[in-house]
Amino acid sequence: MTTSPTTPTTPADPAAPGRPTLAVFKLASCDGCQLTLLDCEDELLALSGEVEIAHFLEATSAVRPGPYDLTLVEGSVTTPADAERIRQIRAASRHLVTIGACATAGGIQALRNFADVEEFTRAVYARPDYIDTLATSTPVSAHVDVDFELRGCPVDRRQLLEVVTAFLAGRKPDISDHSVCFECKRRGTVCVTVAHGTPCLGPVTHAGCGALCPAYGRGCYGCFGPAGRPGPSGGSLSVNLPALIPVLHRDGMDDRDVERLLRTFNSAAFHAESEEDS
Amino acid sequence: MTHRGSRVLHVGSLSRVEGEGALHLSVHDDTVTEARLQIYEPPRFFEAFLRGRAHTEPPDITARVCGICPVAYQLSACAAVEDACRVTAGPAIAALRRLLYCGEWIESQTLHIYLLHAPDFLGCDGALELARTARADVERGLRLKKAGNEILELLGGRAIHPVNVRLGGFHRAPTPAELRPLHAQLTRALDDAQETVAWVSGFGFPDAETDADLFALAAPGTYAIESGTPTVLHADAKHHPDGGLDSFPLHTFLDRVHEEHLPHSTALYSTLDGRRHLTGSLARFAISGRWLTRTARDAAVAAGLGDPWEGAACRNPYRSILVRAVEVVYAVTEALRLIETYEPPARPYVEVPPVAGTGHGATEAPRGLLYHRYALDADGTVTDARMVPPTAQNQGAIEDDLRRIAQAALDAGETDDAALAALCERAIRNHDPCISCSTHFLDLTVERTRTL
Repeated sequence: MTTSPTTPTTPADPAAPGRPTLAVFKLASCDGCQLTLLDCEDELLALSGEVEIAHFLEATSAVRPGPYDLTLVEGSVTTPADAERIRQIRAASRHLVTIGACATAGGIQALRNFADVEEFTRAVYARPDYIDTLATSTPVSAHVDVDFELRGCPVDRRQLLEVVTAFLAGRKPDISDHSVCFECKRRGTVCVTVAHGTPCLGPVTHAGCGALCPAYGRGCYGCFGPAGRPGPSGGSLSVNLPALIPVLHRDGMDDRDVERLLRTFNSAAFHAESEEDS
Repeated sequence: MTHRGSRVLHVGSLSRVEGEGALHLSVHDDTVTEARLQIYEPPRFFEAFLRGRAHTEPPDITARVCGICPVAYQLSACAAVEDACRVTAGPAIAALRRLLYCGEWIESQTLHIYLLHAPDFLGCDGALELARTARADVERGLRLKKAGNEILELLGGRAIHPVNVRLGGFHRAPTPAELRPLHAQLTRALDDAQETVAWVSGFGFPDAETDADLFALAAPGTYAIESGTPTVLHADAKHHPDGGLDSFPLHTFLDRVHEEHLPHSTALYSTLDGRRHLTGSLARFAISGRWLTRTARDAAVAAGLGDPWEGAACRNPYRSILVRAVEVVYAVTEALRLIETYEPPARPYVEVPPVAGTGHGATEAPRGLLYHRYALDADGTVTDARMVPPTAQNQGAIEDDLRRIAQAALDAGETDDAALAALCERAIRNHDPCISCSTHFLDLTVERTRTL
């Protein structure tokens, strides 16, 4: 299914009684992106005063049926059951925001998309016949319309708060889609590639982490996926991944190193980027 | 209402666990015939796609198995690959790793105590509801949890999937000056940790006892976290020599811990020498308790756990919340000590040139022993990977608990399926299962049949 971008400008239904409702759902994932919400230690109690937490299994046993004003989904679609479940979640949600690399790009488990999933199953499980799985791991936007995609493996806590706040206020989230390079400049971090010849995906990777890796002397490994890709969240800039490859080679990476670097948490998205531009 | 009858009960998803799963209970007349924790997290195939990766990659890749305990995965992976390459990182890097791990313990154990487990004892749906009546308690929990995250963010760059860990050590080591504000914050956190022990000590604890063997790493001289020797405390300890303690070399782990794949699960079940075993706080407290700091030991004694310096053990899974609270006190005091004695390593990491061979690594994740094994070829390419997470090891013991606790309730005349379901959920939460490491959607079904 193709995704038609919808603008996140409709506020929560003012006619609805009480506070707006928030739901959190999990598909195939590590739990880290929804944990990010519980990691908002300074804001959590205030947030729970502003919204009614209607479905958030990790935080509360109290579960209310939809519709929900804002639904956050982490995880990718990897089973027939989840492909159906995400349709039900969409139908119950006024606004659906996907959080994290699994939900926005298929996650690390999308490495199966380049392999034989039956062989993978045999490699891990003694009884492959007990396992019901799809051959691919796909982002939520491949199945239903998504109102906003928040990147990252995991998502950034401040960005998550910004997105939730924006949807509750009925405005567009202030999330930049430029590259990590901008964040290094803003932070005052010396370029690890220019100064030390460290291979870095910063020039082609979506901002949002605050340029963490270069601040620790390490090259960016692309956990926020490609910068400025067109998608439900907009995306106006273009990244030139093929132009970066010779720089990675110059700094000591061979073809296999480059392939490994691009095939981690956003492998499908970086793969699409390299296909598109080459 | 008669207890005899054939009933099938379907209750909503299990909440306040990390990840989602399902539970199936079969009752024939008044006897529990089957209790299964169903794990069907969509398979993600980490062990399959690790093959062909560089030996430097498992720390970052396996962190993504679990957003709740990424440091456990990173450091078990480092330990295993460094073992394969016959490299030792040295004491300064080991101390920094332990400090990072203390951050994860403080954060993750506090999350479980306050947000997942305590609501069971206080009769509410969750901590956010609890905050309406006991705001100061919940705020204390959030402050303490945040102190753990501050360690992770400073040393790791971020709390979930830290970026600063690498094979051989860290990309960058902090300066002593950078750690100083952390020391001040942890000093305040120690008060919160001690108050947490006092708070949970006031809860009411049902009677229960696990008869599983207890299994944890042991490292004489310290409470084992980031390294140690696999050690079993047999359930019938008094009939064993050496107080029932039995250690074995890590490289024989898979000869002792066997995994089995059952139809209702995408996780793999484990047994240790063919017997049920339990990893996690109860096991660590029993095996390493004599190495707790005085502050943590005093907290344990005050909490009624007995004296861990004298070999006290706790086998009541409900009381695991007390042990977790004591472990948080320990992790805070240990973090303070590590900061006070910190001397930056000469280099933040040691080089780990690849060597063909197999390596083993194990560390104590907050919820139990996490084992990794990697086989490498001469250029460092991973040819085989195995991970045995704590929740898969605990699954059998959790199901035994479920069976026992449900049977005791039936024996006491419990006829209400909803009450039974709530009890079973508590029995699972007692063990802080990290279902994300293994599972997905938890529904509870109770199937009742009767003799015709």
